[in-house]
Amino acid sequence: MRHVFRELGSGLKRNLSMTIAVVVTMWVSLTLFGIGLLAAEQVDLMKGRWYDQIEISVFLCVPNSSSPNCEKGVDATQAQKDAIRTTLEANSEVASVYYESKEEAFKDFTELYKDSPVMATMKVEDMNDSFRVKLKNPQEYMSVTTEVGGMKGVEAVQDLHKVLDPLFTWLNGAQVGTIGASALLLLAAVLQIANTIRMSAFSRRREIGIMRLVGASNWYIMLPFLLEALVAALLGAALACGSLAAFEKFIILDQAKPSITSMGWIGWGEVQWAMLWIVVTGALLAIIPTIVATRRFLRV
Amino acid sequence: MLSTPDSEDAVIRFEDVSKTYKGGSRPALQHIDLEIDKGEFAFLVGQSGSGKSTFLRLILRELLPTTGRIYVAGKDLTRLHSWKLPALRRQIGNVFQDFRLLPGKTVFENVAFALQVIGKSQSVIKRVVPETLELVGLADKGERLPEELSGGEQQRVAIARAFVNRPKVLLADEPTGNLDPTTSVEIVRLLDQINKTGTTLIMATHDATIVNQMRKRVIELDKGVLVRDQAKGVYGY
Repeated sequence: MRHVFRELGSGLKRNLSMTIAVVVTMWVSLTLFGIGLLAAEQVDLMKGRWYDQIEISVFLCVPNSSSPNCEKGVDATQAQKDAIRTTLEANSEVASVYYESKEEAFKDFTELYKDSPVMATMKVEDMNDSFRVKLKNPQEYMSVTTEVGGMKGVEAVQDLHKVLDPLFTWLNGAQVGTIGASALLLLAAVLQIANTIRMSAFSRRREIGIMRLVGASNWYIMLPFLLEALVAALLGAALACGSLAAFEKFIILDQAKPSITSMGWIGWGEVQWAMLWIVVTGALLAIIPTIVATRRFLRV
Repeated sequence: MLSTPDSEDAVIRFEDVSKTYKGGSRPALQHIDLEIDKGEFAFLVGQSGSGKSTFLRLILRELLPTTGRIYVAGKDLTRLHSWKLPALRRQIGNVFQDFRLLPGKTVFENVAFALQVIGKSQSVIKRVVPETLELVGLADKGERLPEELSGGEQQRVAIARAFVNRPKVLLADEPTGNLDPTTSVEIVRLLDQINKTGTTLIMATHDATIVNQMRKRVIELDKGVLVRDQAKGVYGY
């Protein structure tokens, strides 16, 4: 054991610059990897929260509607409204239907824009009355929008998916980008580790030759190299964990969370989970290339 | 594993062994059949390229024969799993023409290294290494570095390292190749002394004087063929 630790120390010292390079590469790539994981968690969180609240709004015709489904100059008739409600309630994806009158819509609007000059020009008559539809599964909105979209008395069907889906597409893209970039960097880190270990083994080839000759086990010969790679990788992983914790504290908790309170933000639980992944990934990325790189020196 | 059918005493046994290297025009060794008994001292002679090194490397299982079987200490090397190689190597000591000492380590550390890396305890090392240094006549030079020693002394260190684990077989590949005649004789006397402790000794050499003086078994190879195997032989005919 003493031999193993002495060799480990001298190996790390001998290849100090390479070891630092490995640590830094590991640090950056694992941090990106961790942020990618956190981004995935954040997207899931936002999806869960927003999709749950999403309602489909079926706006009904008012006198100044321009939709071809509307008759010029008049509100949707009661018969049309009944037909729409019946259709909505018959749809198996619909959980509940709620009618919002013009007065209620105006009240919400007044609250939302109470300080805005736009309020002075608005009247109750300018509001649409609407059906608010809650779905059993927020992802299954297409059947409802197509079914009632063309009915007489419907001015427009608005669903937030049109707004949110591009946002999520973008977020997913960003997430794939982060993970992709980290994958490239991790590949670089793996090659760097393999090279470092190869150099390290080369500079110790006399010792290795003698060890093999006198019958040291492969495991014994490989152990210092394995530890060398593992120390560098875990150092990088520890720095990455620190960076992730700083990201959570200073970016998410101190900045994002107080300024955007309408949605959930990833907490320490998710960060811990990402850290676990970082450490496991870092360790594996050290062990595998080391075994591959030293195999050549151990072959007899 | 039961593997040495007729001779209980054979520590090394070649059965119709041939070795052809990849891309080699002729075999490095051809149809070698011989036994070397426990406690024997054998010289392996022949010109460069006669197959001496191949012969030694086959015993170490650094190479596998193309055809035939090799038994060392009762084990069929052609069927030995690679993870059992360390156990085989612990029974075979090695001495080379170029000593192969570790330059940064003292004499003591060089010898101790062979024990450390096979997991011997510090207390065993503290007991066995001085004994072995005493045996090779370097009891007072333990703290020296290899570069501070003469060639003969360096070879003694190498012999101590090869012998410190008390192997069954000691292979010496041209151990006197870099030494002057007087020192060479001393080294061979040391090897003879080690042989008398029961260790089988195989020494590949070009040194006719030594072979003629010692009157031990002589195995001569020529272009990979065993041309002579003579008890108490001399270098030439």
